[in-house]
Amino acid sequence: MKRRDFIQLSGLGIGGMMMIPVLGHATTPESFLDSGMDVAVKKRLADAALNAAKSKGATYTDVRIGRYLNQYVITRENKVQNIVNTESYGVGVRVIADGCWGFAAIVDAKTERDTAKAAEEAVAIAKANARLMKSPVILAPQNGYGEVSWKAPIKRNAFEVPIQEKVDLLLGVNDAAMKNGANYVNSILFMVNEQKYFASSDGSYIDQDIHRMWPIFAVTCIDPKTGKFETRQSLSAPMGMGYDYLQVNPADKVTGITTRYNMGYDMLEDVTAAAQQAKEKLTAKSVEAGKYDLVLDPSHLWLTIHESVGHPLELDRVLGYEANFAGTSFATLDKLKSGNFNYGSPQVTLFADKTREGSLGAVGWDDEGVKTKRWDLVKDGTLVNYQAIRDQVHILGEKESHGCCYADSWSSVQFQRMPNVSLAPGKAPLSVKEMIKDVKKGIYIIGDGSFSIDQQRYNFQFGGQLFYEIKDGEITGMLKDVAYQSNTQEFWNSCVQVCDEKDFRLGGSFFDGKGQPSQSSAVSHGSSTARFNGVNVINTARKI
Amino acid sequence: MSVILSEAEAKALLQKVIKLSKADECEANLLGEIRGNIRYARNEVSTSGSLINKNLVVQSAFGKKVGVATIDEFDDASLEKVVRRAEELARLAPENPEYMGVLEPQQYGKSNGFFESTAKITPEVRAEAVAKSLALSGQNQLTSAGFLENRAGFSAMMNSKGLFAYYPSTGVNFSLTVRTDDGKGSGYVIRGYNDFSRLDTEAASRIAVQKARGSVGAKALEPGKYTVILEPTAAAVLLESLYYDMDARGADEGRSSFSKPGGKTRLGEKIVDERVNIYSDPAHPELPAAPWAGDGQPQKRVSWIEKGVVKNLAYSRYWAQQKGVKPLPYPGNMIMEGGTASLEEMIKNTKKGILVTKLWYIRPVDPQTLLMTGLTRDGTFYIEDGKIKHPIKNFRFNESPIIMLNNLETLGKSERVVSTESDQSYMVPPMKIREFTFSSLSDAV
Repeated sequence: MKRRDFIQLSGLGIGGMMMIPVLGHATTPESFLDSGMDVAVKKRLADAALNAAKSKGATYTDVRIGRYLNQYVITRENKVQNIVNTESYGVGVRVIADGCWGFAAIVDAKTERDTAKAAEEAVAIAKANARLMKSPVILAPQNGYGEVSWKAPIKRNAFEVPIQEKVDLLLGVNDAAMKNGANYVNSILFMVNEQKYFASSDGSYIDQDIHRMWPIFAVTCIDPKTGKFETRQSLSAPMGMGYDYLQVNPADKVTGITTRYNMGYDMLEDVTAAAQQAKEKLTAKSVEAGKYDLVLDPSHLWLTIHESVGHPLELDRVLGYEANFAGTSFATLDKLKSGNFNYGSPQVTLFADKTREGSLGAVGWDDEGVKTKRWDLVKDGTLVNYQAIRDQVHILGEKESHGCCYADSWSSVQFQRMPNVSLAPGKAPLSVKEMIKDVKKGIYIIGDGSFSIDQQRYNFQFGGQLFYEIKDGEITGMLKDVAYQSNTQEFWNSCVQVCDEKDFRLGGSFFDGKGQPSQSSAVSHGSSTARFNGVNVINTARKI
Repeated sequence: MSVILSEAEAKALLQKVIKLSKADECEANLLGEIRGNIRYARNEVSTSGSLINKNLVVQSAFGKKVGVATIDEFDDASLEKVVRRAEELARLAPENPEYMGVLEPQQYGKSNGFFESTAKITPEVRAEAVAKSLALSGQNQLTSAGFLENRAGFSAMMNSKGLFAYYPSTGVNFSLTVRTDDGKGSGYVIRGYNDFSRLDTEAASRIAVQKARGSVGAKALEPGKYTVILEPTAAAVLLESLYYDMDARGADEGRSSFSKPGGKTRLGEKIVDERVNIYSDPAHPELPAAPWAGDGQPQKRVSWIEKGVVKNLAYSRYWAQQKGVKPLPYPGNMIMEGGTASLEEMIKNTKKGILVTKLWYIRPVDPQTLLMTGLTRDGTFYIEDGKIKHPIKNFRFNESPIIMLNNLETLGKSERVVSTESDQSYMVPPMKIREFTFSSLSDAV
């Protein structure tokens, strides 16, 4: 169980703050600085697997040689609880034999004999399972790219930053929280580097270097008299960036009722506000349940986009491949084919992309050797496409994969994963201030909180970090115990305004789960602040 | 080197590692496993695969300065390298005031979690087990999607004070969702065992088929408070959130559902119905678990809730020292005792109620009250006058397991189930609960 693995590694019970899986094992920081295996060696190992699979009867083969580095620095109050360094290296081979997929992975595969063995095992699995196939896998054609490479355009490699600098930052953050009234504070830096080599029988040899970073904290304030406690989590986003995300830059700050951040995060400033706001929450007014107009900040809206747009438009879900775990989708093929399925109001255009710089989804090629791109999912309110990979696009009558195939490790088989899915900014100039001015009875929500949605993505419930009551165009004070419930199509059709591109920011998920065995992936969702009218808000306070 | 080492092989390898240590203290954890899986959907196999994995973790300490390094190669030079790396990191690390040092040798009880029947599963055996399921669930206007995964492996540890622990285990999980082709009915089943010979994919598949067919034609009921019968698969995911919260430190710090005003906790207090008894026991015959925790502490039978009273909360070694109590590791399994009623009898004795067979997407809403939200899924039924009258549309619920266990009406027989949220196995009885809160309707099938 991945969550428990993490808790054991970190020695930390961060108490419902998040679900955190961990891949790989602990290692030393200095080993991160070696650049890993030479590309020529990787090619030789990959060729051994390609040849072995072919000689056993595979009609298609791809080989992924992966080195995955993670570093987590974990602190609470004035203590460093753990510094976890993990490194995972191995090879995964995927084949089609007798028309059926097969996959096998081996840890520490550093010889041609190892990679050939994985290839042979993959073919054996494919052949054993072929009798359970009704029709053979149809793979969209893909030209080989030869020997190519892609590197995330990071400015400062987080793995080259000394541990001491990271420890000093987090202990400084914790100190600021305590000085501003927090009873407890946990803070963590997550840093990830995926060094991935992909080779296929189509003739691609693709070497990629991907970086991700997520600084987070949770502040807790307790009222000793009542025993009530409130938390406020960081407003940072996980990013496809290096340590440069922690570079404080005034141009990346969005001021307002509280400061939010774009491509640079001021962790000290945010935690100072968080401690004060967690305290303020203790005495905030408990929300009166009812219908409200919601003004949703990008730090909140990303999660609603993720759950109610990103997941239902995964073609594998639509077709039933995820029926046994993640579920299916209300957005069925007939709705796409009708050409007029009203997913949202005309203000709503939602697009997928794997190219935006600094986003979690950005790569040069996906995990089956397809060059990445951007495409529309919902155009001016109408459903126009899904997310699909090589063995699915023929179902849509398309000839090319969308390039959104991913595996979270060398040890996992790649499958369709969500690209960045974002809400396009409004075309007319509109600021948040102007948007709020028009709201008579509303709630302004900042930051993501509790989330849950059904297996076909109709009914959802979301919480948040900060809730502000809006009356007659003015923010009148803080609320608590807020969650909203809606239905996906009804919700997106209640969208009446989206702020312009100046307000566009990314949020995202560092650990999005899908598949069996379960895999996690990282994905960004961008938006500007948007307004949704007449949404059902419930009060979540209870007594035990 | 083979992947799954015997106790003697694991001991010899770990002794070699510990001998290399120059630190004040050293601890090494070793793991080896072989996994295989088959996945199917739309009535045919989709993806499937295998994994061979092994790993050695070395923790070295100079005073309270601790370093950890790992390696997945096992020749003499690699073992030397990993020990030296851990020591280098320990010298660089800041002091960890919560480091408690390694344990003296401990005595462990017996727990049999390893079965040859599971260790020898081949791709052909997996395909055969799934073929049996497909023969039932992939015919007559039904579409099935399922997953079968098996694992065989061991874990072992040794430290510089001579503690040694070894535990081999196997496991197999099988889950299946059957949907009617018109998309109006859906049924689910999940089974988990250590011993593959206990798994009957055919019998399990029949349950999912029955629920899929039975859930067609669902009617909408108004959201509100209802008497519910939770099947064990549904109850497990709510109980699990309560188990995760049973940590003394969070409670003492005033930030869990076990906290009380003024820095006090609910330890020793009755928090749920007096018929609720929850314990852990690594030697439980139906649900074996490792007899030692990750840091080498013995896992023994522990009562967590007895007659509704909180008997124990987990104490890390550090927190136990701070509080002057004995440490108590977080358990490797959890068993909720049941009553004597069968599910059928519970339905028969219900005038009006709802049978919930599965819950989905469970997330915390308020950690103070342990309020959780989520939805019913894959078969929800209305009961009237002791009979299942008709299927009903799915609901979203907002409910706390603590409130739920206070509103207990009846407990059925406890059985082994797999949590659909975490994949962990538990012993859970079906339970009848009054005033369970459903807050809205869902169109999902």
